[in-house]
Amino acid sequence: MSSIQTYTQATPEAGLKRALGMSRPDIIHEMNESGLKGRGGAGFPVGGKWNFAASAKSEKKYIICNADEGEPGTFKDRVVLQEHADLVFEGMTIAAKAVGSREGILFLRGEYTDLREHLEDTLQRRREQKLLGDNIQGSGVDFDIRVFIGAGAYICGEETALIECLEGNRGEPRNRPPYPVNTGFNGHPSVVNNVESLASAACIMGRGADWWKTMGTAKSTGMKLFSISGDCARPGVYEFDLGVTVADILKEVGGEGAKAVQVGGASGRCIPPSEYARSIAYEDIPTGGGSLIVFGQQRDMLDVLENFMDFFGDESCGQCTPCRVGNLKLLEGVKLLRAGKCSMSYLKELCALGETMQIASKCGLGQSSPNAFLSVVAHFRDEIMGRTYSQA
Amino acid sequence: MSEMTNPDTSRRVPASQQAMSVPVPGNLDAIGATVGVNIDGVDVKVPLGTTILDAAKQAGIKIPTLCHHADLCVAGVCRICSVEVEGQRTLQASCSFPVTTPIKVKTHTQKVRQARRHILDLMLSEHCGDCYTCGRNGNCELQTLAKEYGVDSFRFGHVEKPVHEIDRSSYSVVRDNNKCILCRRCVRTCLDLQEVGTIEVLGRSHQSHIGTFLDKPLGDVVCINCGQCINRCPTGALRANDQTDEVWAAIEDPKKHVVIQTAPSPRAAIGECFGMEPGTAMTFELNTALKMAGFDQVFDTNFSADLTILEEGTELLLRLKQALLLREPGAVFPQFTSCSPGWIKYLEHFYPEYIPNLSTAKSPQQMFGAVIKTYYAEKQGIDPKDIVTVALMPCSAKKFECNRPEMADSGHKDVDFGLTTRELAKMISEAGIDLPRLPKSDFDSPFGTPSGSGVIFGATGGVMEAALRTVIELVVGVKVEDLFEHADIKPVRGFEGVRYVELAIPQVGPVPDLLKPLFPSWDFLKGATLKVAIAHGTANAKKVMEDIKAGGQFSKCHFIEFMGCPGGCLGGGGQPIPTTPEIRQARAKAIYAEDSAYEIRKSHENPDVLKIYTEFLTEGPCGHKSHKLLHTHYTPRGKYIE
Ligand SMILES: Cc1cc2nc3c(=O)[nH]c(=O)nc-3n(C[C@H](O)[C@H](O)[C@H](O)COP(=O)(O)O)c2cc1C
Ligand code: SF4
Repeated sequence: MSSIQTYTQATPEAGLKRALGMSRPDIIHEMNESGLKGRGGAGFPVGGKWNFAASAKSEKKYIICNADEGEPGTFKDRVVLQEHADLVFEGMTIAAKAVGSREGILFLRGEYTDLREHLEDTLQRRREQKLLGDNIQGSGVDFDIRVFIGAGAYICGEETALIECLEGNRGEPRNRPPYPVNTGFNGHPSVVNNVESLASAACIMGRGADWWKTMGTAKSTGMKLFSISGDCARPGVYEFDLGVTVADILKEVGGEGAKAVQVGGASGRCIPPSEYARSIAYEDIPTGGGSLIVFGQQRDMLDVLENFMDFFGDESCGQCTPCRVGNLKLLEGVKLLRAGKCSMSYLKELCALGETMQIASKCGLGQSSPNAFLSVVAHFRDEIMGRTYSQA
Repeated sequence: MSEMTNPDTSRRVPASQQAMSVPVPGNLDAIGATVGVNIDGVDVKVPLGTTILDAAKQAGIKIPTLCHHADLCVAGVCRICSVEVEGQRTLQASCSFPVTTPIKVKTHTQKVRQARRHILDLMLSEHCGDCYTCGRNGNCELQTLAKEYGVDSFRFGHVEKPVHEIDRSSYSVVRDNNKCILCRRCVRTCLDLQEVGTIEVLGRSHQSHIGTFLDKPLGDVVCINCGQCINRCPTGALRANDQTDEVWAAIEDPKKHVVIQTAPSPRAAIGECFGMEPGTAMTFELNTALKMAGFDQVFDTNFSADLTILEEGTELLLRLKQALLLREPGAVFPQFTSCSPGWIKYLEHFYPEYIPNLSTAKSPQQMFGAVIKTYYAEKQGIDPKDIVTVALMPCSAKKFECNRPEMADSGHKDVDFGLTTRELAKMISEAGIDLPRLPKSDFDSPFGTPSGSGVIFGATGGVMEAALRTVIELVVGVKVEDLFEHADIKPVRGFEGVRYVELAIPQVGPVPDLLKPLFPSWDFLKGATLKVAIAHGTANAKKVMEDIKAGGQFSKCHFIEFMGCPGGCLGGGGQPIPTTPEIRQARAKAIYAEDSAYEIRKSHENPDVLKIYTEFLTEGPCGHKSHKLLHTHYTPRGKYIE
C-alpha cells in the first residue's frame, strides 16, 4: 500500500489523455495556474520551465527526468519510481506534448539499478498500450523514453552536470547562462524535472490546477513528499501539504522532543526547537528536495556536522576553488572544534568563508554546502564551542 | 586573423569548460545587436553576448583572472573574477557571464573583495612552494594576485610539505602538482588548443588533480612534448626540464669546446625576459652575451635551416621526379616537413601510417649538431668527443629530439643540450649580463652568414616560404622578386590555422650545378602546379590529416608544412611566458623584419651552405653522406602504451 495518497488516487492516464486533447499553450497555462514548483530543490516553476523550452527553436528537444536522488536523507523519488512509475512517465509524456519533444531520458541514480527492470517493464507495457511510441493514443504525438544509469556521483543530480554525464563527459556543472531549456543535452533545449515534479504534474493535468491549489499555501501550492529519517518513531515517505509546520511533522512521525531537524538534506538547514513552529514552504523554510532528518537529544551536533561536511568534501566535483577547498576547510574546522582548538576568531573566519562559498561557488552544491555549518554554528554555538582541549 | 580553433568544431573539451555561444547578429548597427552595461558607474555598449570581463576591459576596468587565458575556451572554475551583478543573488564569474540584457555590475564591493581574498587564501592553502625556490618567481600569476590583494598571512593554513611526487620522467616537461591550483589551463591547452589530450583532471573534489592516463609518468604516455601547457601555466606547476647546470659545467670544463647555435624565434623573444617589449629582436646582442657567458663559438641556426631547405627540397623534387618523370610507383605525397619535433611525435602517435610522408631530413637543430661534430670538428682539428653542442631553441620538444637514439649517426650525439629561451635567459641573468644594453656582435664563421630564409623558419609558413623562394629560383628560373614584391611571399604568411597555396610552374630554367647529378633537366615539372599547405598547432594539423585520410583537398598537395605549436616556433613551448595572440604577432613581426633586413634571403644563396657542398657533402643534397648525417628515420608509436 502506497503512502502517497494523492498519487494513489489519481485516475491512470487521465492527465495524459486530457493533455493530448489540449493545445501546448493551454497545457503550460494550466501548469502555471497550478503554481507547481520544481520538487528537486531549486523550486523553479514547472510551467515556466516548460514554457521556455517550448518557445526555444530547435529540431530536437529533450525531456529529462532527474532520478539521481543523491541528497543524504532523501529517498522519496525511489518510492515514487517503485510504486508510481506510470505517473512519472505520464508526466514526462505530458511535458513532451507541451514543449514538442520526441525523446525522453530518465536519468537513474547508479545506486538504484535494481529499479531498472521494473522501469523498463513499465516502459515496455506503456509502449504496448500506445502510451508511448509513435502516434500516442492516435494524437499524432510521438514520444519515447529511455533509461540512463548514472555512475553514482551526487553532483550528477545538478542538472547541467547530469547533462554532461549523459553526453559521456565528466559530471561537472556547466557555466550558466545559458540554461538547459536553451542549450541542454547535445546542445538542444532540454527540460530537466525531478521525479516528483513530473508525477505531480500528471496529477494536476488529471484533476486541474484548481484542485491542486486547494492544498498548500498561496505561494506554495499543493502537496509535497517528504523523506523523513533519523531519531523518530516512524521514519518513511510522507505526503504533507506545503505550509505544514516542523512541529506538525515531528508529531506525525513520532519525533517530538527532537534537538534539531535538518530540513532539505545535507545541503539544507539545521533548525533548532525554537523554530519548530515555522512552516515548510517556499516563503518560509524552503523544502529543498523535501527531506527531514530528525536529531534526538543524545546527538552530538559536531558528529552531525562532520558527517555532512565529510560528504561534501567527497562529493564536490572539484571544479571551482570555493567549493573544492572551502568544504575541506570547513571540515577541518569541525575537527578543530571537536578538539577544542578552534578559536572564536577562526570560527568567525570560517563562517565568513561559508558565506563566500554561498555566493561565489559555481553551482548549487558549493552554494548550499555551508548551510549546515552556518546554521549549526548559529544555533548550537554553546554546544560546539564547549569542547575540552585535546591533544589528538 | 585568428589562430584559435573554433570550440564548436572540435568538441573535445566538455561543455562545462566551453565558452557558451550566444547568437550575435553580424551587423552591430542592427537594433538589438548591442547591449548596454554599467560597470562601476561607467557605461559601455558591447555586442550581445560579450562577457562581463571583456566589457570591463572596454570600460578600462581591470578584473583579476586566473583560469582565463586569451588562447583558451572559458572555464569559469577559479572564480577569482567574480563580480556583483545587480539582481543576482550570487556573484557571477565575469569571464563566463555573457551579457544579453542591460545589467549593472560592481567589481570591487566589500562582498567581492572578501570573496576574492577568500578564494586566494584557499588556493594558497593548497599551494605548496616557496616563491624563492620557484622558477616562476617574479612571473607567477598567483604571486601577483597575492600581492595585489595584500595577502599578509595564510588565513586557512598552508601546506608545508609537498604531497605530490614531482614527475621528471619526460625529457621535456616537468610536472609539479604541489604548485598546481587546478585552473585547468593546461588541460584546455592540451585537449582543446592542441587536441592531444595527454593531461586531464582525475579524481573528484579535493582529490582532483591534473594527471595522465592512469596517472602514469608523463614520459610514458602519449605526450608530444610541445610544452604549450607550460606556456599557459599561471604558476610553477609546469616547467621545462632545466639543463642549465649541465651547460654551465661544460662551459667551465677547459677540455670542452662548447658551441651554441641560436634559432631565430628565441632571438625575437628573449628580450621579453628582460622586460623589453615583445617583438624586440636581440639577435646580435645575444651573440655578445653568449661569448661573455663563456661559449666558445656562436653559430646561427639559419645555416642549417638553409641546409634543410636544400635537403628537404631536393627530397621533394626527387619524389616529383619519381612520380612525374620515371612514373614509378611508390612516390609518397604530400611530403610533410620534419622540422618540428612536437609535430613529429604527434604524427608518430596519432598517424603512424603516414610516416612515409615525412621528409627524412633532420630538423635544423639536429643537422647543425651533426655538421659540427663532423665537418666543423675536422676543419678545426678538434676531437668531436670534446665538442659540446648546445642549441638555443624556442621549444621544449627539442630536448626530447636531441635525445632520440637515432640522432647520433656520426658516432656522437648530434646535439648535447637543447636549451629553451627561458633557460638561456636565466643563464644570462645569473652571469650578471645586461642583455638589452650590450653591444652587437656577429655570428662566428664558418656558419655565420646572416640569411633571411632561415630566420622566417620561426614563423608559421616560414619553411614553406623559404622552400618556395628556392624552388622559384632554382626550378622556375625567375627571380622571386619578379613574382612577389621584395620576395615576400605573402600568401603563405599569417596566422590562419590552415593555409593552402598553389604555385604554377609555367616554365622551367636550367638545372643548377649542385643538382645536376640528380636532375638532368626540369622538363618534367613544366606546366605542373605545385600545391602546398601550411598548418600550425596540432589541432590544425589534425584537421589537415583527417582531410588527407578522407581523400580531401589536402591529399592532393605535394608539400605541407606542419608546426606543432600555434604560431609556429615563435609560439614554442620554450618561449617566454606569458603568451597571447598579440605577443606572438609581435614576435612574428620581428622575425619578418629581420628577414627583410638581410642581403641574403634565399637558402640556395647562403655561401656557407654552398661551401659545405663543395668541401664536405660533395655528392650534393640527398647524397650518400647527407643521408648518413642529415637524414633520419621515425618510429611508429601509436596511441596505446603497454
Ligand atoms: C548538487 C546538486 C544535486 C542535485 N540533485 C538533484 C537530484 O538528485 N534530483 C533532482 O531532482 N534535482 C537535483 N538537483 C536540482 C537540479 O539541478 C534541478 O534543479 C532539478 O532537477 C530541476 O527539477 P525540478 O525543477 O523539477 O525540481 C540538484 C542540484 C544540485 C546543485
Ligand atoms: S560548487 Fe562544487 S560541485 Fe559545484 S561546480 Fe563548484 S566545485 Fe563543482
